[in-house]
Amino acid sequence: MLCQNCNKKPATIHLTEIINEEEKREVHLCEECAKEKGLHYKTHFSIQDLLGNLINMPQGAESAQETPKPCPECGISYDDFRTRGRFGCKNDYRVFAGQLEPLFDKIHHARRHTGKVPRRASENLARDEVLLDLKERLSEAINNEDYEKAAELRDQIGRMEGNR
Amino acid sequence: MSIRLAEIAGGKGEWLRAAGPEADIAISTRVRLARNLANFPFHNRLSPEQAQALVDFVENKIRRALNNQNLILQRLSDLDQTDRQILLERHIISREMAESTKPCAVAFDREETIGIMIAEEDHLRIQAMRSGLDIGKAWERVNALDDLLESEMDFAFSSKYGYLTACPTNAGTGMRASIMLHLPGLVMTKHIEKVYNTVSQMNLAVRGLYGEGTQAHGDFFQVSNQITLGKDEQTTVREVDAVARTVVEYERRSRRWLREKGAPKLLDKISRDLGILKNAFIITSQEALGLLSSIRLGVNLGLIKGLEIETVNELFLASQPAHIQARHGGELSTEERNAIRANTLRAALQPASIG
Repeated sequence: MLCQNCNKKPATIHLTEIINEEEKREVHLCEECAKEKGLHYKTHFSIQDLLGNLINMPQGAESAQETPKPCPECGISYDDFRTRGRFGCKNDYRVFAGQLEPLFDKIHHARRHTGKVPRRASENLARDEVLLDLKERLSEAINNEDYEKAAELRDQIGRMEGNR
Repeated sequence: MSIRLAEIAGGKGEWLRAAGPEADIAISTRVRLARNLANFPFHNRLSPEQAQALVDFVENKIRRALNNQNLILQRLSDLDQTDRQILLERHIISREMAESTKPCAVAFDREETIGIMIAEEDHLRIQAMRSGLDIGKAWERVNALDDLLESEMDFAFSSKYGYLTACPTNAGTGMRASIMLHLPGLVMTKHIEKVYNTVSQMNLAVRGLYGEGTQAHGDFFQVSNQITLGKDEQTTVREVDAVARTVVEYERRSRRWLREKGAPKLLDKISRDLGILKNAFIITSQEALGLLSSIRLGVNLGLIKGLEIETVNELFLASQPAHIQARHGGELSTEERNAIRANTLRAALQPASIG
């Protein structure tokens, strides 16, 4: 379909003008003519915009916890991640785990991988699994102000990571 | 311009052959996997030196693991702007990579059935391309490639979040299965908006010809999955395939309707558009894309004789700016390109007629 204004370019913007309750009129314009007519609206958005919006959504109850510390590996802070929408290293997935789950709910409607597993990874997975679980219990303990338990878990994590 | 790239620009990618299933509507299928190495920071935290080390490392591994695949290994730093543009127009590299200032590289085969981008947003973007609607085969191919590469390197992976990617939208399988569809019937009958909305509701994305953030031009639309976490690869393959097939079916219905109810108008449009292409001396790539879309529909409906669909598919590429420069053998101004484009199209379309 060609633009109704210039009749030259393909119409990419389609509007329905509501003249009164019964009368509606369809308008089809190319981007340039629409701009000339002062119609300002977004014709498309990038995934970054969308992601930025998702990440910056009002924080739900789940992520009401403190902002996590920056990643010790790559140095990226949670704010860096929020603005860019990109992780700095694989470790960020653990460091920001508490914040990520609600984000994954929004993006993927899921929190856990169910697909392919690389053959080489499987040997490291069992230990990683245990570590991840310990870390979850640690942040839980901290949230519940159970510092004795937290110290115990922290030492256990330290020992396991030391064996790497 | 490198000699090799000029040769590639003149070549025919497998995915252009219009030989696959539903190829009158589905141009091509691609499945890509995003992978990162466990022992390097992600791309945005790589120093130029680290990026170079990553490229060196992966290139070596590719030479070992894929030495029988006859791959062309190309460093982007050795290419000028036109060369990069050729690879972009052929969908061998992404826009991000074409504009990248850090060391990066790409490996692909001459038939353009597989490609591996090195140091893109993720360390590796492994992809397989097929003509027509053929997601299952593309997945099998890319999965096998991934297995070969994985035997040589450790990928960043967690049992919880799957393959760890730079962007959380890719985490899990890291897989994007996309079909490029030509939907002039749905556009002409004004049903495209409905398709757009329905597809979006199913958590699939509709994008333009050159991926994310680009607008649909020349009635080309990409359908792809959005969700990568919590759904395994086979399920995603099945879902995207089912949706693409439904869209193809609706496009067929629109085309039938156009032939039956809108015949005079349709014939008039296709005939006029062919007339312009056969007679124009100056034409922009944008205009060419729109007109060629109409010609493609005309050939598929049997309204235009003397022209193969494969030729039309090739003309879409041959009309792109860098491909015109490659053919001509040097830098050209926009005006010069518009004149050469018109000449190429006039010559290629002379045998075509309304019949």
